[in-house]
Amino acid sequence: MMWDDVGTAQALPAPSISKSAARRGAREEPVLVRAGLIFIALGFLLLFLFVPLASVFAGALRKGWEAYFAAIVEPDAWSAIKLTLLAAGIAVPLNLVFGLAAAWAIAKFEFRGKSLLITLIDLPFSVSPVIAGLIYVLVFGLQGWFGPCLYVHDIRIIFAVPGIVLATIFVTFPFVARELIPLMQAQGTDEEEAAIVLGANGWQTFWRVTLPDIKWGLFYGVILCNARAMGEFGAVSVVSGHVRGLTNTMPLDIEILYNEYNFTAAFAVASLLAMLALVTLALKTLVEWLARNQIRRDLA
Amino acid sequence: MKHSLRQHSVLPGFGLTLGITLVYLSVIVLIPLSAAFIKTAALSWVQFWSVVTAPRVVASYKLSFGASLLAAAINTVFGLIVAWVLVRYSFPGKRLVDALVDLPFALPTAVAGIALTALYAPNGWIGQYLQEWWGLKVAYTPLGVLVALVFIGLPFIVRTVQPVLEDLEGELEEAAATLGASRWQIFTRVIFPTLLPALLTGFALAFARAVGEYGSVVFIAGNMPMISEITPLIIITKLEQYDYTGATAVAVVMLVASFVLLLLINFLQWFSRKRNPAK
Repeated sequence: MMWDDVGTAQALPAPSISKSAARRGAREEPVLVRAGLIFIALGFLLLFLFVPLASVFAGALRKGWEAYFAAIVEPDAWSAIKLTLLAAGIAVPLNLVFGLAAAWAIAKFEFRGKSLLITLIDLPFSVSPVIAGLIYVLVFGLQGWFGPCLYVHDIRIIFAVPGIVLATIFVTFPFVARELIPLMQAQGTDEEEAAIVLGANGWQTFWRVTLPDIKWGLFYGVILCNARAMGEFGAVSVVSGHVRGLTNTMPLDIEILYNEYNFTAAFAVASLLAMLALVTLALKTLVEWLARNQIRRDLA
Repeated sequence: MKHSLRQHSVLPGFGLTLGITLVYLSVIVLIPLSAAFIKTAALSWVQFWSVVTAPRVVASYKLSFGASLLAAAINTVFGLIVAWVLVRYSFPGKRLVDALVDLPFALPTAVAGIALTALYAPNGWIGQYLQEWWGLKVAYTPLGVLVALVFIGLPFIVRTVQPVLEDLEGELEEAAATLGASRWQIFTRVIFPTLLPALLTGFALAFARAVGEYGSVVFIAGNMPMISEITPLIIITKLEQYDYTGATAVAVVMLVASFVLLLLINFLQWFSRKRNPAK
């Protein structure tokens, strides 16, 4: 039927217009119903999404720009920003390499246990963030498996920066892989096989043939992974120890400021993360648009 | 050995990439997760049972699972309306609204938590009117938990229903209309059955996310034991009291619940793929 539509539109423009008009009649609700549904949808989104978002910025600027900038350049806030960037800076590249490796193995080869492997890769998404933190306490904490041994060698993982990085890696683990696996499966192996047969080595094939095809999907996965890495709260909260200036990430700093009734400062730090969220959504929309255009070009 | 596991291919890198995948998966996910089960195995069955069925813990399951179910149900209704409006109608600012639907995915939970708390607190923008008009207290009550869970669950329904709605064939609706069906009959008999698998998948995804949610809930819940304390918070509280075994036992209950949900979601997705083989 899709072919039929395309054919009609190109060869016979006039009937296609009348056809689409007839279709509109059959597929549309009365004006009042339409307006009502739009009103309900926008009202719901306004109440649950837009007003909360606006209130972050309103709360941050309640005492003016001066108080806002003072709250952001405050040393504890500044060290929280740096720790958040560090954790994301380690977690995102590691999950990127893993995502590429997993997608290559899963999409380009047939082997037993593949669907089990895909399910296991998705597992961190269905584990509560609090439990994600807890399991690292069980492994590396003082009461845990390696805790006493690490203590003897004076290596701190829990209530220190490495624990925060590990918890961040766990909660952002599937992002890149789950974006790339379906994409690379859909693209098949023909082009790579052709490159190998023509004498390219594995790396050349990956860089010149595979990567250009998956670049938007890869970028999409990375920005979502990064947003979650910088914003993670529950998992990091369990392993952090909440030492201000040392093991506090931005979301944890927000919690401390908020519990101290320092609302303006809490919302000021929160507004930085809200801006990150808006940039993420803007990039995501842009990438979706670019990817659609690429597909259209490839088809044309 | 390798050849018995996989079909032959000319492409290189199978051993390397599968090796990286399995090692990384084991170190980051599987071994730490198994620690929770091994730690709990040290408890006798009676000890385990008394920890996970303590009245305060049971009250938290009721709140966590109850509020998550209700939030997912609310999101299924409104998420369907939002998806419908975004696919079928046009209005100014539609593309902006469409992009912002994903906000709960991108906005850190702690930010959402303090924003919703400030809004729904008795002196907040929304809370003061709810208090004044209906005498309704939202923040620091179980209702606050529900509000936070509705916020984080919304995109799951919209984003699972939207693509199915976009692919819906107009011919079916036209045929039904030609045969004399009313618009409401077409919706309930033709459109809704096609959307059902996606709605169920979205419901299950939103529910699974809500059950484990922590960041957006702790600020708004008030966290009163027996009343507004969610299960993830019970785990945190036990950890802060150095009750690692107790925390892990409750975590295992939640993990098992999540695994069951994950299986259900996989089944629903398999089922909806079977129903719509074109996709």
